[in-house]
Amino acid sequence: MFFRIIRGGIVRQRRKLLLIAITVMLGVSLATAMLNVMLDVGDKINQELKTYGANLNVVPRGASFLGDLYGLEDGAGVSDKYLAEDELGRLKTIFWAYNIVDFTPYLEAPARAGDKDFAFAAVGTWFAKTLDLPTGEKVTTGMRGLKSWWSMDGEWPDDARNDQAVLGYVLARRLGLKKGDTLGYSGPDGKPAAATVTGVFNSGSAEDDLAYLPLAAVQGMTGLDGLVRRVEVSALTTPENDLARRAARSPASLSAKEWETWYCTAYIGAIAYQIEEVLTDARAKPILQVAESEGAILGKIELLMALLTALGMACSALALSNLVTASVLERSTEIGLLKAIGATDLDVLLLILAEILLTAVAGAGAGYSLGLWFSRIIGQAVFNAAISVSPTAVPLVAAMVVFVTVLGCVPAIKLLLSLRPTQVLHGR
Amino acid sequence: MNILELKDVSMTYGTVKALQHIDLTVGQGEWLAIMGPSGSGKTTMMNIVGCMDKASDGSVVLDGQELSKLPPRGLTAIRRDKIGLIFQQFHLVPYLTALENVVIAQYYHSMPDEDEALEALRSVGLGERARHLPSQLSGGEQQRVCIARALINCPKLILADEPTGNLDEANEKLVLEILHRLHGSGSTIIVVTHSPDVGSHADRVIVLEHGKIARTTTGALLHKSA
Repeated sequence: MFFRIIRGGIVRQRRKLLLIAITVMLGVSLATAMLNVMLDVGDKINQELKTYGANLNVVPRGASFLGDLYGLEDGAGVSDKYLAEDELGRLKTIFWAYNIVDFTPYLEAPARAGDKDFAFAAVGTWFAKTLDLPTGEKVTTGMRGLKSWWSMDGEWPDDARNDQAVLGYVLARRLGLKKGDTLGYSGPDGKPAAATVTGVFNSGSAEDDLAYLPLAAVQGMTGLDGLVRRVEVSALTTPENDLARRAARSPASLSAKEWETWYCTAYIGAIAYQIEEVLTDARAKPILQVAESEGAILGKIELLMALLTALGMACSALALSNLVTASVLERSTEIGLLKAIGATDLDVLLLILAEILLTAVAGAGAGYSLGLWFSRIIGQAVFNAAISVSPTAVPLVAAMVVFVTVLGCVPAIKLLLSLRPTQVLHGR
Repeated sequence: MNILELKDVSMTYGTVKALQHIDLTVGQGEWLAIMGPSGSGKTTMMNIVGCMDKASDGSVVLDGQELSKLPPRGLTAIRRDKIGLIFQQFHLVPYLTALENVVIAQYYHSMPDEDEALEALRSVGLGERARHLPSQLSGGEQQRVCIARALINCPKLILADEPTGNLDEANEKLVLEILHRLHGSGSTIIVVTHSPDVGSHADRVIVLEHGKIARTTTGALLHKSA
């Protein structure tokens, strides 16, 4: 009988209930879209931020020590510590291998432009180097991916061609060179060499005064075959939290379980730790400004999404409240009649709530599908990638639907409880 | 034996005295008509006797149970178990069939039994209309569904508020016949009415004026004076 009354109520009030379902649908679609984006936005924003550079700097342990202690920078001739180039493929074998988006080694050398006797810094690096990993996989990495936001007039050099280079626009202007010209230079070995300028870049930073050559060319002129001074790594990371900060301060303060959690979470510190595990005598230093900015941006975007979700649901609750109250008012005679023939307040309450909840569930189902579509549109428009459907969003949305529906019904429930049969049944 | 006893019952709404010091007893199986002009307190008395309102003062005992001390939930239980209500405006749930409108009273009382509900509809001449919605029934038919609903739980007291107020003569006759039949089978009936014709069917008639019982007569005398 209970369900017959509910079915009858739903069929009879289908227009009003349709409005309630639409209200819930809109709220849920917004919540679903925001939650899915929020739960997936970390990776998406991380990937976006990764296009703006590295967040880890890997240096030889001794060089790092000198740098930390005396403020001496790499390339100043103060350290003879280097990293082995052939070990760099191991970066893609750590636990968080798939979070290592790009990396590239650097080896600096002083050089002089041949005809002008002009001193400049030549930096050997990878541009788009394909590595054969110990796992049998191949990976292509280098400056092309790591510095993708640089404005480049021309092309990146070929890693296999030691006679190609790219120049920062400041250096190119000083040398009077442009794309296609030939840079005559000599390195520390004093041997003259030449490289075709394949492109001139603008990085908006100090790198604009540098010349980048294939790593092998600089290794050749310095006699440091197979060695690199440092490596920049771009990794997808999880925003820092209290556990990550405690681990950074004092790893020994972590319990075994906390250590395991920290190690198995893509905190920048955990990734740095794992890099140090696979590279000989290396120290991976988080570029904290970048890491912290990423965390702050992520935190703010997630807060914004959460606020939008809450706002959407609050609006739904408000609209729902009006609609349900109007519905109860419209049905006051019927409710009074049910009370008069023996229904308790609880009986009537359950009836109305069940009716509204069923309607809300139907609206929520439609809203969830719509929300997934919205999140796909947001993903494509903002991140140019699909937002994955998060299973976590389902119970969250379900809980919100119940909460908002019950909350929206509160004024109607109060009205319903205060309704006395005598007020509505005599018709005069 | 009395089914209903009102002792010194008063009801005030703010400064309005709707009922003043009413003393009344209704015997088991009696048909009582409450008459009086508009505003005389008929509906207030019906609400109090029907457990839909509580008297401001005095004592109301229905089937041996004092109503004035009961909480709202207790009044609902009494209303459900002991009273059958018939309204002037019919008041059926519009999206339930005639049969379901009867079953719903069983549902809140005990266990729904469609056969029993169908029998109740047959007893008011609506066996063939059991699957019709209220909108598909005439006013008289709707009122007879109300009567079937009021009877379904075998109430101690049938309380009818202007049961023929919205009916034509033919339907009024039908409804009064049903009430006579119920009365004949021992049911206690209280009818609130404006109509001397309806009042004349009662064993006893009380006439309210300004919230007080102005006079008491019998249905037969009322019929003669009409």
